[in-house]
Amino acid sequence: MNEISRHTLAVLVDNEAGVLSRVARLFSGKGYNIDSLAVGTTYDPDISRITIEVLTSEKQARLICSQLRKLICVHSVKRLDAAKSIRRELVLIKVAAPTHEVRNEIIQIANIFRSSIIDVSTSSLTIAVIGDDSKAEAILNLLGEFGILELVRTGMVALERGEDTIDAQTKVKDEYDYGKNVL
Amino acid sequence: MLMTGAQILMECLLEQGVDIVFGFPGGTILHVYDALAGYLSITHVLTAHEQGACHAADGYARATGKVGVCFATSGPGATNLVTGIATAYMDSSPVVCITCNVGLPLLGKDSFQEVDITGVTMPITKCNYLVRDVADLADTVREAFAIARSGRPGPVLIDIPKNVTQDMADYAPLDRNEHSKAGRLAQLMKRSSQDFRAPEPDYWDIDILADMLRASQRPMLICGGGVVRSRADREFEAFANRIDAPVGITVMGAGGFPGLNPLATGLVGMHGSQASNIAVDACDLLIAVGCRFSDRVALKPGSFARNAKIVQIDIDRSEINKNVETDHHIVGDAKRVLQLLNERLEQLEHAKWKDYVFSFKTETEYDEAGDHMTPGQVLDIIAKVVPRDAIFATDVGQHQMWAIQHLHFEYSGQLVTSGGFGTMGFGLGAAIGAQAGNLDKPVVLITGDGSFRMNLNELSTVQYYGLPVIIVIFNNGTLGMVRQWQTLTCNGRYSETTLDRGPDFVKLAEAYGLNGRRVADVAELEVALEDALAGRQATVIDCAIDIDEMVRPMVGGGSDITRFMVD
Repeated sequence: MNEISRHTLAVLVDNEAGVLSRVARLFSGKGYNIDSLAVGTTYDPDISRITIEVLTSEKQARLICSQLRKLICVHSVKRLDAAKSIRRELVLIKVAAPTHEVRNEIIQIANIFRSSIIDVSTSSLTIAVIGDDSKAEAILNLLGEFGILELVRTGMVALERGEDTIDAQTKVKDEYDYGKNVL
Repeated sequence: MLMTGAQILMECLLEQGVDIVFGFPGGTILHVYDALAGYLSITHVLTAHEQGACHAADGYARATGKVGVCFATSGPGATNLVTGIATAYMDSSPVVCITCNVGLPLLGKDSFQEVDITGVTMPITKCNYLVRDVADLADTVREAFAIARSGRPGPVLIDIPKNVTQDMADYAPLDRNEHSKAGRLAQLMKRSSQDFRAPEPDYWDIDILADMLRASQRPMLICGGGVVRSRADREFEAFANRIDAPVGITVMGAGGFPGLNPLATGLVGMHGSQASNIAVDACDLLIAVGCRFSDRVALKPGSFARNAKIVQIDIDRSEINKNVETDHHIVGDAKRVLQLLNERLEQLEHAKWKDYVFSFKTETEYDEAGDHMTPGQVLDIIAKVVPRDAIFATDVGQHQMWAIQHLHFEYSGQLVTSGGFGTMGFGLGAAIGAQAGNLDKPVVLITGDGSFRMNLNELSTVQYYGLPVIIVIFNNGTLGMVRQWQTLTCNGRYSETTLDRGPDFVKLAEAYGLNGRRVADVAELEVALEDALAGRQATVIDCAIDIDEMVRPMVGGGSDITRFMVD
């Protein structure tokens, strides 16, 4: 219960000004460090989806979820089980490639990882890698020796495998409210 | 009908049945006050300071159970509300604060008296709004009131830029019962995840608790602030009598269970009675209703009720297992949960267990200390003279603990006190609000010299509106609670706590046009109280007590609940 591990939360929120700061504040105010955060609109333009990864205990993760659900701007919150979901991140890596040989070597590595070269100049290459954190880590280990000039990550996004969605089954009794709601 | 934003705001307040607003005008809120002058059914109480207005709205809300409303202008007006909003937030009091901001074209330009008040108050409101378009105003106000009062209540702030108060929009009146069926509120109601609707308790969970109770030999109940907010007094008392268990109260729960009921063991926690704290430690089933196990109750969460199965009943799911790990919980409104439990349970009996618990003291006796009255004596006289249904407000410190330990509150809303946030200076504003909402009842403010000095500017409000608030100052010439900690934990080094300075509270009262009395003994206090009650006149009673009086018993923060530092 108190072991620290990574928790992935998917949060649907109103697509309005100030919503992201309301959500982020909840983490900073309680002293939790957000590991990764990605935001974008959903198919419904009035709703945004935030994917948050946080390193914390099981108990704190439950607490965060129930506190997130109290925010009026939050539609639903679901904790994504790592084994039952797909997590992906886009990483753009600018690598030093001063010579023809180095460029070739880097291109080979990029191909092995099924990543794409998206920019090239006489002294550098920029590679786009899509994957979970182990893939990004692996390619970064290999590219490190060439000299990484710059790196940017989008933050992890995640979806559940199969037909499960955030809108269904958000009411895990153990974690959230149950029974019918009445005002 | 075409109206200005300011008029729409007033119409929306009428929809909510608001008849009193506490506030202070200014530049950006000019047009709201202009519109207010045309709405004679809304009384405005002009306070000396915005903080007083916010505390008054809070005190009104706590004492009446209705939503309190306050107005403030932009910038310093808005930030002066902050302590009041945080106080309301920590104690789940429904307050709607309406601030105005600079006009939209000036917003974000560090304009005169501009502050991002929605940003500032984000962590201390249930929700807040910046209304950018007059067309959204009515909907926003309706949503704000619904959120403030429903579920676990709390403060909501609406910030309206000045030009929006002047802009015109079409306003269609809507009955309060229809609000949840239209506009934004209707959209909110459709969401499954909104906690602002009280969840119907799970019957299965209720049955489990009923079985746990039948199996228990030594049950103990804690009456928390949720009982008071839910006005579940009757259900709670019936439940306590039905299960025949001792009942401890928290500071916020005072009034939720009659202090004179033979099952009452008094306060629980840091200044809890011997009976309460020992019962918590010895019980085999602890049921906490509307209580979040704050660090002043569950001083050491790991050892709290260590022999017991702990059951938490709360309307706010995020409170479950937050501070103390529980064995069972029910999410729901205290009133509804207790109704369901009462329906299911037969009469239980725990005579032996009660004999054990009540063999310990439920109340502290104070030694008579020569030339000063003891806190116990002062409070005994107050309890004797003041009518039993009187409302009490307090500030924060020793006098607050003494009042809660000694006065036996009988109904929810009878005590107005800042529990969670511990706001010194809360009392006078809160007493004004409580009195404004209950003109037929006496309101007594119990305060200390340290707290009272903080916001005594509101004496002018008391005088102007003729509110017959009786103010009893426990004057020990020190910041007593801090001094007590200094005695116990700082080897008696009284760093900056001695208040060997003015003002003369009697002269001060007179300067504000109020009665001031200095009393030296029990007889004088009795006469002063009787005069104040008979004359229905606001009176400041300066009551000297000894500088070294302590709140007893006391358990240190983080200690086992039965490790009394002071008996």
